[in-house]
Amino acid sequence: MSNHLNLTLQIWRQDGPTAPGRFETYEARNIPDDASFLEMLDVVNEGLIEQGNVPIEFPHDCREGICGTCGVMINGRAHGQEKGTATCQLHMRKFSDGDTIAIEPWRAAAFPVVKDLVVDRSPLDAIIEAGGFITAPTGTAGDANDTPIPKEAADSAMDAAACIGCGACVAACPNSAGQLFTSAKLWHLNSLPQGQPERYKRTEEMVETMEQFFGSCTNHGECSEACPKEISIDFIAYMNRDYIKSKRTNRKLAGQR
Amino acid sequence: MAAPTVHQKSASNPIRKKAKELPFPLNLYQTAVGKKWVMALTGLMLIGFVVFHAIGNLKLYLGAVEHNGEAVWDIDLYGEFLRELLVPLFPRTYLLWFLRIGLIGAFGLHIHSAYTLTRMNLSSSSRYQSKQDWLAANFASRTTRVTGIIIALYLVFHLADLTWGISAISPDWERGEVHNNLAYSLARWWVALIYIVANIALAVHLFHGAWSMFQSLGLNNPRWNNLRRLVAGGLAGAILIANLSFPIAILAGAVEPGEPEISASEG
Amino acid sequence: MVLDSKIPEGPLAEKWDKHKFDIKLVNPANKRKFKVLVVGTGLAGSSAAATLAELGYEVEAFTFHDSPRRAHSIAAQGGINGAKNYRNDGDSIYRLFYDTIKGGDYRGREANTYRLAQVSVDIIDQMAAQGVPFAREYGGLLANRSFGGAQVSRTFYARGQTGQQLLLGAYQQMMGQVHAGKVKLHTRMEMLDLVMKDGEAAGIVCRNLLTGEITSHSGHAVVLATGGYGNVFYLSTNAMTCNVSAAWRAHRKGAYFANPCYTQIHPTCIPAADEFQSKLTLMSESLRNDGRIWVPRDPDEQRRARDIPEADRYYYLEEKYPAFGNLVPRDVASRNAKTVVDQGLGVGPLKNGVYLDFAAAIDRDGLDKVWERYSNLFEMYERITGEDPREMPMRIFPATHYTMGGLWVDYNLMTNVPGLYACGEANFSDHGANRLGASALMQGLADGYFVLPYTIGDSLAGKLGTDPVSTDDPVFQEAEQGVRDQINTFLSINGTQSPDYFHRELGKLVWNYIGMERDQNGLEKAVSEIRALREEFWKDLRVLGNSDTLNSSLEKAGRVADFFELAELMARDALDREESCGGHFRAESQTPEGEALRNDDDFAHVSAWEWHDADTPQTKHAEELIFENVKLTQRSYK
Repeated sequence: MSNHLNLTLQIWRQDGPTAPGRFETYEARNIPDDASFLEMLDVVNEGLIEQGNVPIEFPHDCREGICGTCGVMINGRAHGQEKGTATCQLHMRKFSDGDTIAIEPWRAAAFPVVKDLVVDRSPLDAIIEAGGFITAPTGTAGDANDTPIPKEAADSAMDAAACIGCGACVAACPNSAGQLFTSAKLWHLNSLPQGQPERYKRTEEMVETMEQFFGSCTNHGECSEACPKEISIDFIAYMNRDYIKSKRTNRKLAGQR
Repeated sequence: MAAPTVHQKSASNPIRKKAKELPFPLNLYQTAVGKKWVMALTGLMLIGFVVFHAIGNLKLYLGAVEHNGEAVWDIDLYGEFLRELLVPLFPRTYLLWFLRIGLIGAFGLHIHSAYTLTRMNLSSSSRYQSKQDWLAANFASRTTRVTGIIIALYLVFHLADLTWGISAISPDWERGEVHNNLAYSLARWWVALIYIVANIALAVHLFHGAWSMFQSLGLNNPRWNNLRRLVAGGLAGAILIANLSFPIAILAGAVEPGEPEISASEG
Repeated sequence: MVLDSKIPEGPLAEKWDKHKFDIKLVNPANKRKFKVLVVGTGLAGSSAAATLAELGYEVEAFTFHDSPRRAHSIAAQGGINGAKNYRNDGDSIYRLFYDTIKGGDYRGREANTYRLAQVSVDIIDQMAAQGVPFAREYGGLLANRSFGGAQVSRTFYARGQTGQQLLLGAYQQMMGQVHAGKVKLHTRMEMLDLVMKDGEAAGIVCRNLLTGEITSHSGHAVVLATGGYGNVFYLSTNAMTCNVSAAWRAHRKGAYFANPCYTQIHPTCIPAADEFQSKLTLMSESLRNDGRIWVPRDPDEQRRARDIPEADRYYYLEEKYPAFGNLVPRDVASRNAKTVVDQGLGVGPLKNGVYLDFAAAIDRDGLDKVWERYSNLFEMYERITGEDPREMPMRIFPATHYTMGGLWVDYNLMTNVPGLYACGEANFSDHGANRLGASALMQGLADGYFVLPYTIGDSLAGKLGTDPVSTDDPVFQEAEQGVRDQINTFLSINGTQSPDYFHRELGKLVWNYIGMERDQNGLEKAVSEIRALREEFWKDLRVLGNSDTLNSSLEKAGRVADFFELAELMARDALDREESCGGHFRAESQTPEGEALRNDDDFAHVSAWEWHDADTPQTKHAEELIFENVKLTQRSYK
């Protein structure tokens, strides 16, 4: 049989984007340790509703670590203490009876709080929109096997493409930098043959859009530690390399017109 | 100028506007990634300076040598050598000044990029109300700004003490007397302390800075990546040992000021 | 009303090409004069929005997520089928078509299924061009694997994250069109009603989930790509927000809902650990290749799994199906698991699972080999349950995974409501009564990339020169008012139970009566109990907070309200279909061996249900299924 835990939660409550926020303390009683962290919050919410209190808004959806919707700071760590694990995959057996848990939303100037633990992460979409795609209109593709890609290259692109866009990298970064997110997408597309024609245009536009929202990298490495997909900061170096190259290459290409 | 502009159609609001693009290569300095590049390159120049400065200072231990029939401090000779670099191709001290201007420029850009990036980072981040638990950030990486400020302040003191010879700080200073100036100055405990603290700060700064430089310049190859930490650590360690040896040697009396004499035993 | 499926004449292999030639086209210069609303941004929605925009249409895309990339297509693990025959193992478009029709237990349309197999080839090309990092061989060519018991290797994959990579490909392609200004993207907007004018779809009413603002959007066509309704079971492998509301609102406005009783139960999920369990996690079916499924013979067994001797273990699949053993199809494996659990033989603290044991495979192949094959799944299992499958057998149980039913559509993917289209899992789809593994991603992308963007022109061509209905029109005002009224009702009931409570209770009814095995008695009970619970819902619901900020409790209430009506229809459909086929198993209709027994004489048709009102049962319209190319056979896995 599973064990049950009693916990004290300090949860950030904020009514809206402009409202002031505050920590509120809740007691979570009799939580089975097989429950996930989010199920623990479900139980707290059911209790709140029963008492006539407005439940806590928290971000979640697939609850299997792939959609990237969830993510809160748990005791000062993005997605909690377990490495390579999104909040939804964190289970209560990782906590002990009597623990106090502080739960806070992601914080960054570009991620305003929407309500309670939910923040607005649309800048991540803005970065993708700026160039995180390969222009290959439907119907124009040749046979998929016409372009062989070395297995190692495909694997490396996949390592980068595994990003779930949760924003933990930004949340964990002392500068709220978006480099890990941006560089992962850049490497995914820039390292594949299909991504070459737009490589430098993409790099320049995505980096410069990123900088409209986020801070700059000071190479702490917190992002990669927080990342539920353990994406490497190597990609940030590749991005830095490609960015300077893009400034030269794009200048040359502009001269062709 | 066909610089690509960012057309952003989705509904998010940038926290800062993109500046109007300057001509190449000035535009590189307009973005954070470009500034980090500049910071890394100027950092590399400054590392070069620090390394040669430390190597030159090691001449302190060579004591006196014979030069044109006279006994002179080896390190004083070295000082003169620097002033006479590439003479007669250039007049005396010209090349040294050229190098100095390069260094001043590097310092300036290094500090300016650090300042503007810090401003950018402060405006991008928002503080956690609970205590953030650091996982990867180390003491060096988290104190880079502080150690940088310590180094900058120390630099001014160091120049006033040993280069400009401002009498309020170093009453015994005489132009060209490198050995004696150093030995008189560092024999004072409080100067030695400043020197020691600043050089510890320098080593900590270098430990993060040298590693960080590889990332910022995009020098990353999984085959060599673990060497980068070693290089940074080794460099910081070597500089720390060399630079701390001077005040310690002088305080301990192993190096003393005075007239250079060639000891008989060394013959 | 007679359902016209608009299936083209001619030989099977030529129907689609002929149809593309026969339907009306919109001149490239005129395309920009048409506005298409695409609701949902999963695989089908994103690919449709991107492709329509590339063709020149003005597109508005809607998602209730904070980003289109969060749609639940992202969670598909296994892969996507494509009849490329890259392995030279005898695959062909015809074979994929045949497997799909047979796998669907002959309850799908031949013409649609064949078209799906045809365009499967183009999907792989398109996704590779989009930069999807498919698994590769050392030679650099695409890798394939055999999936879900298929006799050929036609499944393309990207590690265990194929759905994620395909969705990101389609999402990025759409974001490129957002960048180009051709797609207007609305995030955090939930469609709460379909607006009709003169019998045609005129637009939609949405609620901004952050501000509560109710807005109207009109277009020349509305495309619903809003996914399936598996969450009617409460516990399913679907994401928490998956729901039927968009499709159901369309159904209430006149669109027929087809085959709602066809739901797929996936056999290898992690069983619920406690009463607070919010969802079930699926693990790849490939586990059954090496794992042996068993339960203790004694319901009161107290020993740990490892200590139970062979003689006391009941390897029920191996005993009952010696030929296929643990690899019987999904529905057979699921049903048998439920049978043993219902007999009290279940394992685990809640006695709600069966063992999936790797001990034999580890003995045979060594731990290293087994670990190499399944390490990511073993780690996932351990993360969730805290148990190491190398030390003790996994516990698994079936869970609802995919729904084959959905809005009825014709060959053009248009519902019976002119101007309203449905694609992906939201339509009643090409899978018949059961879906093959690795076919869901294929169908979503087939609809969005290669079918809808062509067929939509047929209805739009006739609207050239007309403007979309103004959102000031009374039909929009009325619909907006209806939405506001419903929201106010939820907030003012002031009962005692949360939306989650009702959802959980509804889920229990649906699972028990309309789950893996259905019978007349249970289904009739289901109808009355669902009704009773629905009445309680409208009396005793408690939604706190207000409607002008983020309020997930309020969102949930609306979704649960629609699930109630859907659940009742599912029961009626299951009651009406007095045969067993695919995911629908009627206890009354089985072979002496306990296998699903079809009744092709009476039920070789699509049941499309017409809405009247909340208190009147829907009317059934049957679309006969005509099989000209395949012979209907009875499945047997003995």
